[in-house]
Amino acid sequence: MTEYVSTTAGLFALPDWAKDDLSDLKGHQKHDLIDGDEGGEIASTYEKAREEVVSAQQEAGLDRIVDGQLRWDDMLAHPLAVHDAVETRGIVRYYDNNNFYREPVVSGELDFSGDVASELETTAELADGEDLQAVLPGPYSLAELATDEHYGDHADFLAAIADFLAGEVEAFPEVETLYLLEPSLVEDAPEDGLDERASEAIDTVAAATDADVVAHPYWGALEEKTYAHLLDADIDAVGFDFVSEQEDNLYNIQEYGATDDISLALVDGQNTLVEDPEAVRDRTDWVFDQIPVTDFETVYLTTNTGTFHLPYNKHEAKLEILAEAADLAEVTAA
Amino acid sequence: MSTNQNKDQFRPDGHENDHFLLSTVVGSYPKPKWLNRAKELYQDEDHGFDEDDYQEAKDDAARLITNEHERAGLDVVVDGEMRRNEMVEFFAHRIDGYEFNGPVKVWGHNYFDKPSVVSEVEYDESWLVDEYEFTAAATNRPVKVPITGPYTLANWSFNEAYDDDDDLTLELADLVNEEIEKLVDAGARYIQIDEPALATTPDDHAIVGEALEHIVSDIPEEVRIGLHVCYGDYSRIYPEILEFPVDEFDLELANGDYDQLEVFKDPEFTADLALGVTDVHVAEVESVEQIEQNIQKGLEIVPPEQLVVSPDCGVKLLPREVAYGKMANMVEAARNVEAKLDAGEIDIERESPAPADD
Repeated sequence: MTEYVSTTAGLFALPDWAKDDLSDLKGHQKHDLIDGDEGGEIASTYEKAREEVVSAQQEAGLDRIVDGQLRWDDMLAHPLAVHDAVETRGIVRYYDNNNFYREPVVSGELDFSGDVASELETTAELADGEDLQAVLPGPYSLAELATDEHYGDHADFLAAIADFLAGEVEAFPEVETLYLLEPSLVEDAPEDGLDERASEAIDTVAAATDADVVAHPYWGALEEKTYAHLLDADIDAVGFDFVSEQEDNLYNIQEYGATDDISLALVDGQNTLVEDPEAVRDRTDWVFDQIPVTDFETVYLTTNTGTFHLPYNKHEAKLEILAEAADLAEVTAA
Repeated sequence: MSTNQNKDQFRPDGHENDHFLLSTVVGSYPKPKWLNRAKELYQDEDHGFDEDDYQEAKDDAARLITNEHERAGLDVVVDGEMRRNEMVEFFAHRIDGYEFNGPVKVWGHNYFDKPSVVSEVEYDESWLVDEYEFTAAATNRPVKVPITGPYTLANWSFNEAYDDDDDLTLELADLVNEEIEKLVDAGARYIQIDEPALATTPDDHAIVGEALEHIVSDIPEEVRIGLHVCYGDYSRIYPEILEFPVDEFDLELANGDYDQLEVFKDPEFTADLALGVTDVHVAEVESVEQIEQNIQKGLEIVPPEQLVVSPDCGVKLLPREVAYGKMANMVEAARNVEAKLDAGEIDIERESPAPADD
């Protein structure tokens, strides 16, 4: 029987009080952003905010608890932005959004950091036995967001990023699921040859954990060759952003099949319009009506993007919708 | 020397040089600290500082900054947008159909109250006529009115109500058109449409072009319409933007040290160019000599008749004395370049664009 799992793509909005407090404590400029060595009141403010977003997920009834990545000032570039071998330079646009991050320039060997692992340790304590989900940038996206001044060769750089992420994953506490967010696979689609390497890089990261691994591209559908290569990686599920693109995502599944599990992004992480849970359940059915394979072991229901794009009240509303939709789907399926 | 009637209507009487490089600003200017304090008092329910007091404070600030622009020597002035909080929020509060849910991250701990369009957008009361009339009465110089464009108003909002963002953009364009008609009736002759969201998404020039057709509909020819664009990849929108029904493009280029200048060389730039000649993200005042060199970058794109000088973008994030220093040096540099042009001391070859294949 198919299991429906409600979850998110992480990267949550900060509660409004935390936005205010952290603005006051940290400041508004480039050099005020997180460097990984924060302590004192800043660290305790993040602790308090993390408690709040973990309990909000528990109250909503989500099947996976994420850290919320509240410290990730640089969004998906965070794991590099706080690394000692990385220098952060100017503020650059974050994909095609009205968001900006510090350009991370890799100037030395990307050895172990442990930043994300220590976040997860704290979250694991708060989750109190409930299933935990780790969220990381996929290696291809992280490499695309960064500038390399150390490795020289593009392929070597991608491989180094994958090894770095694998090292971070090995230090994680026990997690049920690992989401690797890969918007760059859509936004900056890899050219011939690099698509295969992108898949190998994901494979490297996935091999570092026993958790179920979901490679989750968004802001459109993968080009078919990229998708075909991605299926070669040893991952449990691929994510499909049905919020932003339907036809091409369906085409990929119809033409190339799918993994045993699937992640369906049916809730919009970038629009305040709150979906109706029944409509989300119906959309799930609709997707399965269009494709030949429907006997998935696990179906993850999620937002397409992180919810930091939303005001906090709408972020919370989206969590509830996902939990309700998964419950409804479970009932229907049974 | 050829003339440019639309631009020359802003040439001051008794202008000292034959050449005229119109100097102006994009719009926003640092708010005096006491204005922020006045806002806090106004928002403090326990304080007797009421709406009239706050209105008076905003009037004082608008007059002060308009005069500061005059003192810097600018040919066309703005009130520094003293009455506006943020470029989308300000307008969304005045348009029916918008709702606010709370702050949303832009970067780091910089947020804005990104509004949601929850029903059909409709024109209610005038947005800027009072602001314009006050500023025009406070100065003898021509006044420019910056107004956030419909594409940015749509793009930087959550769209809950329209099937797609293009529909919303065009609806908003009609509202902007209505506002500009009222501004023109009130005497405004220089309108700048701010579209910072342009050049952030591939192919967005098509809908912006369509929106601009709505915006200028029935607006008299002599009204100067500018379009301000910043921090984007201009190769995505050039040369397509030359088809837009505007007189002037106001472009941020100093911040990237003119690395995108080449984009505008082929095909020939046929509109007026309001060139960003000082960087608003550097809190140091560039020297007059440096700004002169920057102005001359513009002459690689257009002849002097089509050149306007302005900062890259709004200067509101700079310390006020730095903002003033940049304005004053910019005007001095413009006058110096004009004099050198008059004396024939500047000889910049503009490249002849390669002939089209067809």
